[in-house]
Amino acid sequence: MLELRDVATGYGSFQALFGVSLEVKAGEAVAVIGPNGAGKTSLLRVISKVIELKGGHISMEGVSLDDVPAHQVIELGIAHVPEHRRLFPRLTVEENLKMGAYMQAARERYRERLDFVYELFPRLKERRHQLAGTMSGGEQQMCALGRGLMSGPKLLLLDEPSAGLAPVIVQQVFDLVRRIRQEGYTVLIVEQNIQQVLKVVDRAYLLEVGRIKMSGAAQELLENDEVRRAYIGL
Amino acid sequence: MEFSITDPFLWETVIQGLLFGGVLALLSLGLNIIFGVIDVVWICYAELIMIGMYAIYFLYADYGVPLPLAFIAGILTVALLGAALHHFIIRPILHTEPINQLLVTGGVLFFLQGFATLVFSVEFRNLGVSFGSFAAGDMFFPISRMLAFAVSLVAVVVLWLFLKRTFLGTAIRAISQDREIMPLMGVSPQKIYLVTSALGGGLAGLGACLLVLLYDIHPAIGLTFGPITFMVCVLGGLGNMIGGFIAAFIFAEFIALGGFYAEVEWGYVMAFVFFIVMMFIRPQGIMGSKS
Repeated sequence: MLELRDVATGYGSFQALFGVSLEVKAGEAVAVIGPNGAGKTSLLRVISKVIELKGGHISMEGVSLDDVPAHQVIELGIAHVPEHRRLFPRLTVEENLKMGAYMQAARERYRERLDFVYELFPRLKERRHQLAGTMSGGEQQMCALGRGLMSGPKLLLLDEPSAGLAPVIVQQVFDLVRRIRQEGYTVLIVEQNIQQVLKVVDRAYLLEVGRIKMSGAAQELLENDEVRRAYIGL
Repeated sequence: MEFSITDPFLWETVIQGLLFGGVLALLSLGLNIIFGVIDVVWICYAELIMIGMYAIYFLYADYGVPLPLAFIAGILTVALLGAALHHFIIRPILHTEPINQLLVTGGVLFFLQGFATLVFSVEFRNLGVSFGSFAAGDMFFPISRMLAFAVSLVAVVVLWLFLKRTFLGTAIRAISQDREIMPLMGVSPQKIYLVTSALGGGLAGLGACLLVLLYDIHPAIGLTFGPITFMVCVLGGLGNMIGGFIAAFIFAEFIALGGFYAEVEWGYVMAFVFFIVMMFIRPQGIMGSKS
């Protein structure tokens, strides 16, 4: 479904990714794990074209993303749930969801999508008139995931959904990700919470200083000595 | 001077102030929405209104276009002007120092004034349309002012519904809260800026429709309304439309009551003194948040 070949990107003179290649197949959940500053967020940001693609190629279902401007990426079926949730704090929950359905094709099915998200996350329906900025971190993450689903995407990019949340809530967030998977969405997730994320996904890539260092089935990486020593602390 | 709460002239004054407040509220709306969304102050806002007034005047008085059509043309002209101002002048310097944006829109102010003086001359022109007055007991109210007030209120409500109910309106409110992630929602910020500029221009055009009924048109008329519109916005909290709405009525009542007890000029003086005092007490404005 999604294919990256030799992707390079960066900010100004700082290079964040050096020739990254990876693939996400339809129906799969894939994680990109790695330490802080490895380039995980940059990877998602370059797929969304929020930062410039400086080398290599990206394609979605065979369609090249290389020259697609950022605001049209969503039309190819890619929804990006950004790091730190980034809800619109002074809009209500429902208005945040509405923004997720901004593109033309999603607007036409707005009610339908809204019902789907409310059914998946009933808590959001209870809170629909509340300002997003006044909700707890876990609820905000739920709203951010719901907003991502509003466009009816084929692929969801999740950037550190568990970051900055209390341990109990982290568990709940991964449960939400599981629920999204059960709905048949293809997921590319970036996480620092390696032990948790590897239990949710099929495959994973290990990213270190802008390069893919290792890849394999989630279970394989979970049992790999190097990964365990460096990232899980066992 | 004696004070009586039953004095019909006092009430007439208060209601006149209310009517004027409605017009000021409308004028502040366009400037506020531009600032709230794009973070740019159009110093030349009142000059756009002036151009709109001339457009309506010439269409109606010289070309015999029916007044309602002339109004629509006036609104469209200024909306287009607003979009052009953004596209050709603001956009290239949007990400530079804010002082540049003030200077450049200030430059447009002098350009438009000079342009109007050269092309239209300094002559005072009047549309010559009168709707008469409405009498309520001993009180008299010009119907043109009542009309202006009603149109302002309707415009405020329509704008509010637009911002609250539509996808585009929601995006306009969202963009000032988080610019960077708008593309992830499938929104092109540049397009939102352009639409907002046209909307702000359109509101200035609507202001022109109302002012052209109330005042003579001349190249410097922008100076009559520009500073006060700007102060209304700042008093309300720059970018805050509800604050601007309240501030408009405060200013209008100061001016009206000042005119009642002394001279209109004293009303302006009182309003400006109030403004200065408020800037010390609440520099962020009535409804503004600290930043």
